[in-house]
Amino acid sequence: MERCFESDPFAGDQLAVVRGGRPVFAGLSFSVVPGAALRLAGPNGSGKSSLIRVMAGLLRPTSGVLRWGEEPVHQDPDGHARRLAFLGHADGLKPTLSAGENTAFQLRMRGMDRSTRTEAMQRAFATLNITSLLDLPAGWLSSGQKRRAALAAVLASDAALWLLDEPTVGLDTASVTALEGAIANHLASGGMVVAATHTALDLGARVTDLDPATFARRTATLSELGSGWGVS
Amino acid sequence: MHRFANPTRFLRLANAVLPWLGGLTAILFGVGLYQALVISPADYQQGETVRIMYVHVPAAWAALAGYASLAIASFTFLVWRHPLADLAARAASPIGAGFTAIALVTGALWGQPMWGTWWVWDARLTSVLILFFLYLGHMALVNAFDDSDRGGRAGAVLALVGVVNLPIIKFSVDWWNTLHQPASVLRMGGPKIAGEMMTPLMMMAGAYFALFGVLMILRIRSLLAARRLRQLRLAVQEI
Amino acid sequence: MGRFWAIMSRDLTLARRQGADLAMTVSFFVVVVVLFPLGLGPTPGQLAEIAPAVLWVTALLAAMLSFDRLFQQDSEDGGLDQLALSGLPLSVVALAKALAHWLTTGLPMIVLAPVLAITLNLDGDAYWALILGFILGTPIVSLFGTVGAALVVGARRAGVLVALIVLPLTIPVLIFGTLAIDAAANGLSIRVHLLMLAAILAAAIPLAPMAAGAALRQALE
Repeated sequence: MERCFESDPFAGDQLAVVRGGRPVFAGLSFSVVPGAALRLAGPNGSGKSSLIRVMAGLLRPTSGVLRWGEEPVHQDPDGHARRLAFLGHADGLKPTLSAGENTAFQLRMRGMDRSTRTEAMQRAFATLNITSLLDLPAGWLSSGQKRRAALAAVLASDAALWLLDEPTVGLDTASVTALEGAIANHLASGGMVVAATHTALDLGARVTDLDPATFARRTATLSELGSGWGVS
Repeated sequence: MHRFANPTRFLRLANAVLPWLGGLTAILFGVGLYQALVISPADYQQGETVRIMYVHVPAAWAALAGYASLAIASFTFLVWRHPLADLAARAASPIGAGFTAIALVTGALWGQPMWGTWWVWDARLTSVLILFFLYLGHMALVNAFDDSDRGGRAGAVLALVGVVNLPIIKFSVDWWNTLHQPASVLRMGGPKIAGEMMTPLMMMAGAYFALFGVLMILRIRSLLAARRLRQLRLAVQEI
Repeated sequence: MGRFWAIMSRDLTLARRQGADLAMTVSFFVVVVVLFPLGLGPTPGQLAEIAPAVLWVTALLAAMLSFDRLFQQDSEDGGLDQLALSGLPLSVVALAKALAHWLTTGLPMIVLAPVLAITLNLDGDAYWALILGFILGTPIVSLFGTVGAALVVGARRAGVLVALIVLPLTIPVLIFGTLAIDAAANGLSIRVHLLMLAAILAAAIPLAPMAAGAALRQALE
């Protein structure tokens, strides 16, 4: 992976999210610089997934801004989408397509041409030790194999920012080590990684921990709640 | 930011307006019905049955106005995300559906003496029936999600799709009707409305629209209370 | 443009490999049309009279069965997130999906409708009106259905719901589609009815994907 990203730092300023009438977090700020990682920890329901979805631009924050360098992300959402690779809870694989076809589709949607696509994909599958699964329908794979196939699309992408929501779910120790190697590589070439995880996942030396739960807004008084619209 | 704007102002205004609007509704209905049912003359062709017009026609107007307010509220909600617009849209569709149902039932009651049958595929009645379906779809969609915020947003998009389609549907139904309907059938609303019929009709229209306003305020108030209740319960559970 | 074709060709591949789904919609169309002569009796004149309505209404119902899958699967398996992050506007994603849907359900119905019309003793002059009406009308149904499918992503009983909200919107298609066939059977001009369908299609091609894109954006949040 002899790439070198010359990217700006990615930061969020005073972010707040309200879901289902409940404030998930408020006043949350973070910053990631090239070559560094951010680990989102915290209990279930603390807002890790919401925060990652906000970072990806899938969820609009109730207030606050995301910045790429100096530029607010919401001014160019499509440009932001091209800079990042996102792995959510679900693997996003179609069971009737082969693992390779699934990954190839995602890379094609990123606008990568055929030769770059094939090369990047083979390298990513080799890194995660799933080269043998390339031609198998994704529906036949075990959950750990599916997770690795989904990770392969992130590894093969040309994105500077990786957003990983519980990337290690279902992975065995060897696969976790392989993933850690890929992350280290990505960081070494100037990329950025944000990962929400419960488990021990080595994100390199320049890692910051962030627990959205510490930004949970419990400050609303009963009278504030009783006089609002019931949504914020 | 409007998102955090205080709804207390809305409630204060609504509570101030409500008694006056309620009183106006009662007076308009009282006077309008008296004029429509007692004072106004019987039609030389339709006889006493013409009096059904005074409850039918304004109901159909209110049904249309209901969809217009639903669409305006939905547009406001999608563009400015104002929570009041969301509540107004949720409030408008059952009320509008209610007026549509009144228009359909009174239309059938009027049709029986005029055409000798409860239902005729008249262009107007058919259009009102389709409007009723659009309301039903909106209400079903709004309530189909576990996350009620999602239901409100989906409903808002549907209301706008519906309002773009409504003229096309109306046009096609009129077209279909002129091609299929034999000319001998008496058209509803066909007879000229005489001057002395106009006053009670307008009175009744005013009464229906005032009632619409009263019901909107009541429903928005109760939806607001339900939301606050949800939020309070969530807050209590977190403590 | 490459990404548009990528989505469409992937959906076509998926439809081909999950062939049973596609076959079910088309079989439904055939089975329901065949029920009518059985319920009504085999009198040719009577069948010919109801043939336009039977073919169009059944085509609409068959299409409704196929819409709940359009985005639901993508939403459940996380594919919708990836599509939203492809940098392609969601309205264009919706247009690609609608086109794939039309190719897999609208097109087979266009081919089958005249065959079924034979069993209903449709008037010989009316076949062109039927075929042209289906060619113009089925894409409209696919486009409207895409909007409905995007609206019901994540809803309970999405299949019934999509029919409830989309069917009223397709009434103009039903009216002009059947009127064209009636006109042709009576030796009248079909031009104006087909022009109406063409006008609705021309309006739906830009507007429906816009609405579907807005609905998908709401569904992601």
